[in-house]
Amino acid sequence: MPAGFSALDFYYILPELLLTGGAMVVLLLAVLTPRNDNLLLGVSLGTLVASVLSVSLFSGLDVTAARGLLAVDSFAAFFKFIVLLSAGLTMLMSAPYLRVEGLKAGEYYFLILCATLGMMFMASGVDLITLFIGLETMAVSFYILAGFLKPNPRSNEAAVKYFLLGAFSLGVLLYGMSLVYGATGTTSLQGIAVALSGQSPSMVIVLAVVLIGAGMGFKIAAVPFHMWAPDVYEGAPTPVTAFLSVGSKAASFAMLLRIFVEALPAVAADWSALFWVLAVLTMTLGNIAALTQSNLKRMLAYSSIAHAGYLLIGVVVGTERGVASMLVYLGVYLFMQLGAFAIVVAMRRSDVVGDELKDLGGLFRRSPAAAFMMLLFMLSLGGIPPTAGFMGKVWLFGAAVDAGFVWLAVIAVANSAVSLYYYLRVVVFMWMHEDAQPGSPLVFGPAMTVALGIAILGTVVFGIYPQLLFEQAQAAAGTLEGFSATVALR
Amino acid sequence: MMEITPAHYTILSAALFSVGLIGVLVRRNIIIIFMAIELMLNAVNINLVAYANEVENLVGQVFVVFVIAVAAAEAAVGLGIILALFRNKETVNIDEMNVMRS
Repeated sequence: MPAGFSALDFYYILPELLLTGGAMVVLLLAVLTPRNDNLLLGVSLGTLVASVLSVSLFSGLDVTAARGLLAVDSFAAFFKFIVLLSAGLTMLMSAPYLRVEGLKAGEYYFLILCATLGMMFMASGVDLITLFIGLETMAVSFYILAGFLKPNPRSNEAAVKYFLLGAFSLGVLLYGMSLVYGATGTTSLQGIAVALSGQSPSMVIVLAVVLIGAGMGFKIAAVPFHMWAPDVYEGAPTPVTAFLSVGSKAASFAMLLRIFVEALPAVAADWSALFWVLAVLTMTLGNIAALTQSNLKRMLAYSSIAHAGYLLIGVVVGTERGVASMLVYLGVYLFMQLGAFAIVVAMRRSDVVGDELKDLGGLFRRSPAAAFMMLLFMLSLGGIPPTAGFMGKVWLFGAAVDAGFVWLAVIAVANSAVSLYYYLRVVVFMWMHEDAQPGSPLVFGPAMTVALGIAILGTVVFGIYPQLLFEQAQAAAGTLEGFSATVALR
Repeated sequence: MMEITPAHYTILSAALFSVGLIGVLVRRNIIIIFMAIELMLNAVNINLVAYANEVENLVGQVFVVFVIAVAAAEAAVGLGIILALFRNKETVNIDEMNVMRS
């Protein structure tokens, strides 16, 4: 056992250990039984379930483990549930896609598990080094996943763009982190907060805030750091795009909250102003660019940029209520976004790429069930009651108004109205346009049916009983340190 | 004889970081852009080591080891990705990356 670590530390990282072990088993099985896709899917899903169960072992705990490198608290647990669930749904919708594309399932599931592992460390890390390692574990896995369709030039291009801009943003982020370390002499988030409290912030810290904000802005695809997102989302394999837009975004928001709320409350006024500008730019440009897209994946990419803008409202508000509303929104975003992508994945067949908007033409006549599901997801993304997306927006914008950010809420509401245009355009295509491929209804395999079922369930249930989610989010936001200092400054 | 102070290291690191940043923005060859990114990461390393000496703890040096390891992993994956791209397109010029346009 390494010096300074106890058996308890290993117990606290049980979910991560299980995930690591499961990933190794998947990789071994891929060599031993190369063509047994169902077995590989089963083992990968089993690993995720085991990890979820072990996360729930620690419910209600609020401790730090591994000499202050990791926190085991409700905040980490909330995000772990989100990333594990999104990984599970992604795997379920990948099964038919891998068959159509003729991809090797073993490596694919292994990389998804590795990315999930990185995300879990991003959710629980309370030290800059841990957070950075988690971020890179996730990012490197995603670079490979984005380029997984090796013969496809679009996928190559997506991977190269994601890799170059990801590595670039890492350099910017790390430079900011090194400045913080230089100014405070520690990488522990608590230590940084203590070192910075009670003194007026120096220029170095303000510069570090800008650099770290820019680095994280790349990861959450906030305007003006979003230019990679549309190309990567369009070129990457569709299930990977889905995972990228939900799992990676959620984990990056977790890391962003940890760094800014826990470590840098002393400069809350500065980063709150920075994120105010980013939030407005992100939602406005995301929505306007989405209006004119003809490719469905690209449109969903811009829509996901716009949603990052809404989510940033929670960071700007920076109070416990703001963060809790943001967590609720991430929870509902998971179901509606993955559901919409699952329909796009189902459109992919051996002879049809199916990611253009016109491919949806006449879907209602071909497969009414798929059309109704897509309608539900589009309404939820647009924020129409009684879907979960509506409740998420109500809470998020309500938190902004309560904290005095009335203009921010007004801009967000105006943006939601604009976004309805392109979400409803999808519906118009499905109901009113002529049939793109007459007489060939979409086929949903068992795995895809389960994935869509969960997505629908989440979108509907949290639209009607949002308290279920809000209580969890409230508890999670409560364990994030540093609110008192933030509030005191205002 | 001039003494080397932490400020000197900070200026060196900032200069190296700027060279990397400008390299990423102006160069068109993907490999060279990647080398410029490596320069940025090494600027970070200089910063961390210099600060570790200044604040008198080893956390910064530990951080450097992780940064180097991650940079190596990224290089392995990144070159693989660039190779896959080159097989299909026979070019590593960033201006020709335009299969997808809005």
